[in-house]
Amino acid sequence: MKAAGKGHPCRSMLYMPGNNPGMMQHVPAFGADSVLLDLEDAVAEREKDAARRLVAHFVREIDFGGVVVTVRVNGADTPHFERDLEEIIPSAPAAVRIPKCHSPEDVKRADAAIGRIEREQGMPPGGVRIHAMLETAHGIEHAFEIARAAERVEALTLGGQDLTADMGVQKTRDGAELFYARGRIVMAAKAAGLMVFDTVWTDIDDAEGLKSEAELAARLGFTGKAAIHPAQIDAIHEAWRPDARELRRAFRIVEAAERAEREGKGVISVDGRMVDGPIVVRAFTLIRLGHLYGINEEADL
Amino acid sequence: MSAGQNLRTIENALSRAVPVEVPGLRKYGPYVSPFAYLERQISAPAKGGFPLRLREPRHDKVTDDIKKAVERSGLENGMTISFHHHLRNGDAVIPKILQALAEMGFRDLALAPSSLPDSHDMVADCMRSGLVSRLFSSGARGEVGRAISAGELDVPVILRSHGGRVRAIEQGDIQIDVAFLAAPACDRYGNMTGSAGRSACGSLGYAQVDARHARHVIAVTDNLEDYPLHPRISIPQYLVDQVLVVDSIGDPSKIATGAARISRNPVDLRIARNAFDLIAASGLLTNGCSFQVGAGGASLAVAACVKDYMAEKKIRGSFGLGGMSGYMIEMLEQGYFEAMLDVQSFDRSVTDSMTRNASHIEIDASCYANPFNRGCVAHNLDIVVLAALDIDLDFNIDVQTGHDGVLRGAIGGHPDTAAGAKLAVVAAPSFRGGVPTIKESVTTVCTPGETVDAFVTERGICINPKREDLLECARNARLPVKDIRALRTEVEKLTGVPDAPEFDRNRIVALVEYRDGTLLDSVYRVK
Amino acid sequence: MLFKKAQAGTLESSDCMVVVSPAETCILEYSGQNETIFKRRTERIVREIAERYAPGASVQIQDRGALEVTLRARIETAFERASKEDLKEDPAGEPK
Repeated sequence: MKAAGKGHPCRSMLYMPGNNPGMMQHVPAFGADSVLLDLEDAVAEREKDAARRLVAHFVREIDFGGVVVTVRVNGADTPHFERDLEEIIPSAPAAVRIPKCHSPEDVKRADAAIGRIEREQGMPPGGVRIHAMLETAHGIEHAFEIARAAERVEALTLGGQDLTADMGVQKTRDGAELFYARGRIVMAAKAAGLMVFDTVWTDIDDAEGLKSEAELAARLGFTGKAAIHPAQIDAIHEAWRPDARELRRAFRIVEAAERAEREGKGVISVDGRMVDGPIVVRAFTLIRLGHLYGINEEADL
Repeated sequence: MSAGQNLRTIENALSRAVPVEVPGLRKYGPYVSPFAYLERQISAPAKGGFPLRLREPRHDKVTDDIKKAVERSGLENGMTISFHHHLRNGDAVIPKILQALAEMGFRDLALAPSSLPDSHDMVADCMRSGLVSRLFSSGARGEVGRAISAGELDVPVILRSHGGRVRAIEQGDIQIDVAFLAAPACDRYGNMTGSAGRSACGSLGYAQVDARHARHVIAVTDNLEDYPLHPRISIPQYLVDQVLVVDSIGDPSKIATGAARISRNPVDLRIARNAFDLIAASGLLTNGCSFQVGAGGASLAVAACVKDYMAEKKIRGSFGLGGMSGYMIEMLEQGYFEAMLDVQSFDRSVTDSMTRNASHIEIDASCYANPFNRGCVAHNLDIVVLAALDIDLDFNIDVQTGHDGVLRGAIGGHPDTAAGAKLAVVAAPSFRGGVPTIKESVTTVCTPGETVDAFVTERGICINPKREDLLECARNARLPVKDIRALRTEVEKLTGVPDAPEFDRNRIVALVEYRDGTLLDSVYRVK
Repeated sequence: MLFKKAQAGTLESSDCMVVVSPAETCILEYSGQNETIFKRRTERIVREIAERYAPGASVQIQDRGALEVTLRARIETAFERASKEDLKEDPAGEPK
């Protein structure tokens, strides 16, 4: 499995307009696991150059205090795509998000451009990852090929606004119209061993709606969800809080696994029942997740 | 004295140069430590008894003529007049009276309000015209601050905390000749309260002190009610010499502003969250705890976190203190605290609460914070959350000077509560307007660092090294603790290192008195 | 080489507005709430950047509390825009 976000958790990914220094300067204060500095939709056409320069400086010079920093560049169908990569890649963000990934070719083109810039800059190859944003019906139907299109693809992300428009339907509160897309993109990401982010909840005053959508995303297997306002972050993190009973069992499984390891036994058993490899892996993942909620041992539960 | 001021100075315990004497005022001792006063004899004025009056029964106290009232008060050039600041930015009494005094040709008065509202730029004109030659206040903002910092008053302005002002009055450093006390509700004999009337402001805690100690007391009201005023009397008739009726004592919309709302600014909310986490980790939030917090958006957000915690853990506190916001009254009404002790009310939702809630208690400024009485509430306080303009590596706090060196704040109860509380948390952004909050050394010490336990920002929590116990609590709770030097470096990497403003060190324009009457710091003329 | 006057940035808080135009020498006009305490810092940054683009430039900055990183980005963008020969390619165009 590839390192997800250089090993950092990414339950939340906070969108931030790339031309807004007042927000970007406070990234560590928002409490998000990761941020997305946006050069695309959040930036007016005539300010693309200014935002690009600002984001490049911020990513290169500012200590974001452990927050995973990603940048959304403009689409390959715009005149800004090449310039965005030329300026942003040398600043070495954790990943760039490529919007409107329609087919594996979109990812391959970005991969080639990023690889060339990395070589020219003497950067480690593959260091800057790609988050492929799927926001067209065609993109969703090719999710798995897109996920496998390049080694540096680290995550698939769902763009709900554009996708519903492409489907010719409205985005509704309960999100039934996105049910298939969510399932499909999660399955493709899992099959390719990638992270997968759910789309944004756009009504910042509707906390209930956000809560239920975040819980749905967590249940469906998304590893995180995008946020458009810092006030959404706590609710998103809460949706990924591990279930106490499951976590208790995970502590016992890990303990048993470590005991088996010490005693050189091949078989792990908990409460008198055998436990398989994938369940042990899941237990370790859960415990790491627990750390994010201040749960470091069973007594913290 | 203006050009070659030549005040002889010595260094106090914080290495700040302070004068040993200010001509026209008094001799001064340098600041030593927060409770050094316990070791020394205090000088109190010779017992003069209570100011007596000989008045025939039913004599008439009411007039609507400002000038007549002033004449009857016996005010003379060189005397001291006082006002309270309970009407905040809606106050119309200070300008109205000063204008009348100017028209009557007064000069060389000492102005000793409990504080000056932001809006009173006209006081600067009174300083320039010679009407006001000395100023004693909790703060100086706007045009007044600029005028003082430019050296427009010859005698240094004395800046005191709320507790320190009462001490100064009771010790005789400030001798109020005439107090003009705005009275939102008043009867013909001068019984008054702030919790009724169209200009209602809530508590009259600061005015109560002036009413007790001034040689002559004039109630100024726009709301003459039937005798006797009821159901509440904050200042009783036997302390009041005259009742001056005017059209308006102020603008109600600026006196009682709408209830302050909890900030939605994510940086403020992170600061509040960090401050709350530290308070929770300190172990002080238990049954019977006491708590004070300001009315700023971030402060209210701390209160909101405290309330949620108290609800979850089923904790009932003893009292809330200080400037009272609607949020604190809500906590009282919902049973989170037994009582609220209110020296000054902040917003409209507090104003009539005292008549509604028996446990919302009006206290005077001496009861609030005077270090030299028989026990003030600030000394019974568990937790206080305070603001700051700047802090330095020794945790000294500046709430008075801006980055340009100009006076622009007020001390308020900052040093009083910091000294008294078991846990004094100063909460502020790590940088504001591109300027770092942590300095190597603050421009003006208003609250000594030895009374500040922690500085909380959105980028982490700095604990005063003298509080090893608190540091351990914070570490055990896995809070984002940072060394204050490290945080300063982190922020200066973002902002760059600002240059200090330039001062004329030969010209002291103001002095910061500590609550015990020693001198904390000198404020110099800005070049 | 600068061809024209160009601006970058905004007057939002934590940002700054930079106007760059061709001049004989490097001239800086720095205003805003921090003009006294950050004058030297800002001069240093402007000089560094001007050397890379055009030593002769008039630079006007209205600072609304920008961090160094923001200041640099805005100044550079203004220089980039002022260095463009083709007016049509300048996305921000001439300031009014």
